[in-house]
Amino acid sequence: MPHDSAPIPSRRDFLKGVGCLTVGFVLFGANPLLAAPGNPELPGSLQDNPRINAWLEVLADGRVRVLTGKIEIGQGIRTAVAQIAAEELDMPLERVEVVLAETGRTPDERYTAGSASIEQSAMSVRYAAAAARQKLLILAAAQFKTTPGRLTLRDGAVHASTGRQLSFAQLLGGQQLTDEVRLPIQLKPKANYRYVGQSIPRPDIEQMVRAEPYYVQDLRFPGMVHARILRPPSYEGRLASFDTKALQKAVPGVLQVVIDGSFVAVLAEREYDAKLAQDYGRLHARWSGGRKLPADQPLAEHLRSLPAVDKRTTDKGNVDSLATDATLRASYFKPYLMHGSIGPSCAVALFDKNELHVWTHSQGVYPLRDSLAKLLKINPDNVHVKGVPGSGCYGHNGADDVAADAALLARAVPGRHVRVQWSRDDEHAWEPYGSAMLFDMAARLDPKTGRITHWQHELWSDTHSTRPAGSPEKLLAAQYRATPLLPKPEDDFSGGIYRNSEPYYDFPAVRVDTHYVQGPLRVSALRSLGAYGNIFALECFMEELAVKSGQDPYEFRLRHLTDERAKAVIRKVRDMVRSEKLAARQGLGVAFARYKNKAAYCAVVAKVSVAPEEDGATIRVLKIWSAIDAGEVINPDGLRNQTEGGLIQAASWTLNEEVLFNTQQVTTRQWEQYPIFRFDEVPLVEVAVLNRTTEPPLGAGEAAQGPTAAALANAVFHACGKRVRQLPIRPEKLL
Amino acid sequence: MDANLTLLVNGKQHTLRLDPATPLLYVLRNDLALNGPKFGCGLQQCGACMVLLDDVAWPSCQLPVHQVTGGVAITTLEGLAAPDGTLHPVQAAFVQEQAAQCGFCLNGMVMSAVSLLRQYPKPDEAAIRNGLFRVLCRCSVQARAIKAVQRAAGV
Repeated sequence: MPHDSAPIPSRRDFLKGVGCLTVGFVLFGANPLLAAPGNPELPGSLQDNPRINAWLEVLADGRVRVLTGKIEIGQGIRTAVAQIAAEELDMPLERVEVVLAETGRTPDERYTAGSASIEQSAMSVRYAAAAARQKLLILAAAQFKTTPGRLTLRDGAVHASTGRQLSFAQLLGGQQLTDEVRLPIQLKPKANYRYVGQSIPRPDIEQMVRAEPYYVQDLRFPGMVHARILRPPSYEGRLASFDTKALQKAVPGVLQVVIDGSFVAVLAEREYDAKLAQDYGRLHARWSGGRKLPADQPLAEHLRSLPAVDKRTTDKGNVDSLATDATLRASYFKPYLMHGSIGPSCAVALFDKNELHVWTHSQGVYPLRDSLAKLLKINPDNVHVKGVPGSGCYGHNGADDVAADAALLARAVPGRHVRVQWSRDDEHAWEPYGSAMLFDMAARLDPKTGRITHWQHELWSDTHSTRPAGSPEKLLAAQYRATPLLPKPEDDFSGGIYRNSEPYYDFPAVRVDTHYVQGPLRVSALRSLGAYGNIFALECFMEELAVKSGQDPYEFRLRHLTDERAKAVIRKVRDMVRSEKLAARQGLGVAFARYKNKAAYCAVVAKVSVAPEEDGATIRVLKIWSAIDAGEVINPDGLRNQTEGGLIQAASWTLNEEVLFNTQQVTTRQWEQYPIFRFDEVPLVEVAVLNRTTEPPLGAGEAAQGPTAAALANAVFHACGKRVRQLPIRPEKLL
Repeated sequence: MDANLTLLVNGKQHTLRLDPATPLLYVLRNDLALNGPKFGCGLQQCGACMVLLDDVAWPSCQLPVHQVTGGVAITTLEGLAAPDGTLHPVQAAFVQEQAAQCGFCLNGMVMSAVSLLRQYPKPDEAAIRNGLFRVLCRCSVQARAIKAVQRAAGV
């Protein structure tokens, strides 16, 4: 389960309740390979969806169809699960097709989040395919009157040494494999792998480059209506008046205006008319009220002043002595960050014969189905949600909100598909941002040994996940209808806030105090959740301690680590930069983290140059190196691609990005006001993958975010001697 | 207000009846059902909607369609591959480098690169960065995109 979603009753419990009639099959042969080492249980997704045919179907033409509850968000999951299924079944890769997240069709895997696609979905497919292999061999053995050990799988058929063969489809006679996947399961020996561990190119990249229909934005249905939403100028603004007759006159192409309280939408046959109507509405609709935002106080101070729910999230040894004998104290700050998908959120919905159909780039089709059913007060069985790729960002952007917009509007024009396209302003101003965070750090170093003896990390943050998770009130539209549904303040908080606040280093005494506050802006899951900010603070503070005690930054980290895999990525990245020459006012900075303290290990080194102040200070990232250990790697180039992207995206966050607001509204509403990296700012990147084929695969898609932030801040310090503790690291902060 | 307009898109003439002020992007996507150019910002800030006007990459999201009638050769991503389906060298290079994640910005990068290489067949890295400057990418595949353009140019 991703850490940022609410707990849900498991389907496992449901199946236990009704009793399960399918029987497991017996293991055969000597030397059975059980589950991967260190992973004695089946993946949670498979436990929740235990039948083989939840994951895998045999098609009449001999191909195999794999079903995953995850959606493609750019992480390459479609290719990875195809590789795994083809491997276990000894199929040609091109004869495996993959169906992505769709209610009623694919397994319910909740959210595509938390870097869990490989750990959960791909591993479920591995076990399901291995179980299918065993079952097919048993069925063939009965047909051929032999033992499974004398048979082989090849090209979608079971072959006997006599030359006889039966295809999977023939063996099943039109049926599917409904057995439950149960341990022990014999997995294919890794020494025999053909696809897993290979950099198989993603076939969908060719589809994209050929401009084939691929995205939810590309869906076109006969008679489809285009809609735009009119949002208030401020959070909680209420519609005072909107002269729809005047609008109809100004934009005759308007088909309908839907006003439900302060949820306002314009519909038109032609998309350009919907856009014109939205432009008109922005000028002429009158709004009242609106929540005042605390723009008159520095955000860090504001966070500290808010009432908080406090939790001591790590408590090891006693750090009370830090009150009087801390070697160093420092505060760090991370602002609100935007997901900033390049394509604003979009959805299509059809309400027909009391059934709702939704096409969405939401990261959780099943939770969204339940949320929409409650929003529309209809039976979830009558809601069908199909995941279709959208524009990426690795987080919870406006995808669920726009799906709710589309669902409400589809009911207003039954029988017609409604396509809702958010504008750039909608996405920039209304998406749920990554939360702002504040950190107070303190530590004591033993002056004799140079080792850290006491460590304290205190953080203030809003939640890092408000995914709808089956409830309706977190969907934007629900909060603005005539009968609004409002999210209740949470009295507890998820681990996303304090993710990676506990150091992976071996310190004798550690305390982490987490203060959950409700900040001024709408927030939800952004790639790595709280880990980005926590690792920024932790790894900057490590560097400050190393500098203060005159120790080498690499050695200082290594001597506080016991996990050899952690040490290996740090040593690797040190080797990668060993021959780098530094000119004047250039610096290298290192940082390390193990994501969630249990997923991928990642060490990062950044090289920056800081231009002299008299020229107007500028900071340029020249190159970023990373060494990553994600256990067994399914697709090395896929891992490298995601890590490269993580390095660059996090560098953009760290140097450039900050959501700003005045007392009325968010003011960063276009790219010019929220400048993410452009091509002239992007550093070169180099990623080394430490492939540990005998270890379980570890979630890796978010591993680079935090270390990159700290590596950059540390590099800037070494380049110019100035420590910037408040993100973003803008040149003016160096003066 | 609607008028008959004739556009030359991917080598084919289309006569359409529409509001001449309609931005070209809407016409390409909705009237001609093309998927290459994407809606990103509508403000000419992100490059997702790039098309070639003759040989020059240009954002289509604010360009009134009446300005590109009269024989301007409009090329979209769909128009780059050869009639037999062979990818344009820039397209092929992006596939070979796997220079995409979600792929939404790919159109802008490919169209900008094609335009750049028509003008400067052997660009250095700075010229590539400059040529793709208008295109934003959130998954951050820019480092791969630079390699893809270098591969396509053989530099």
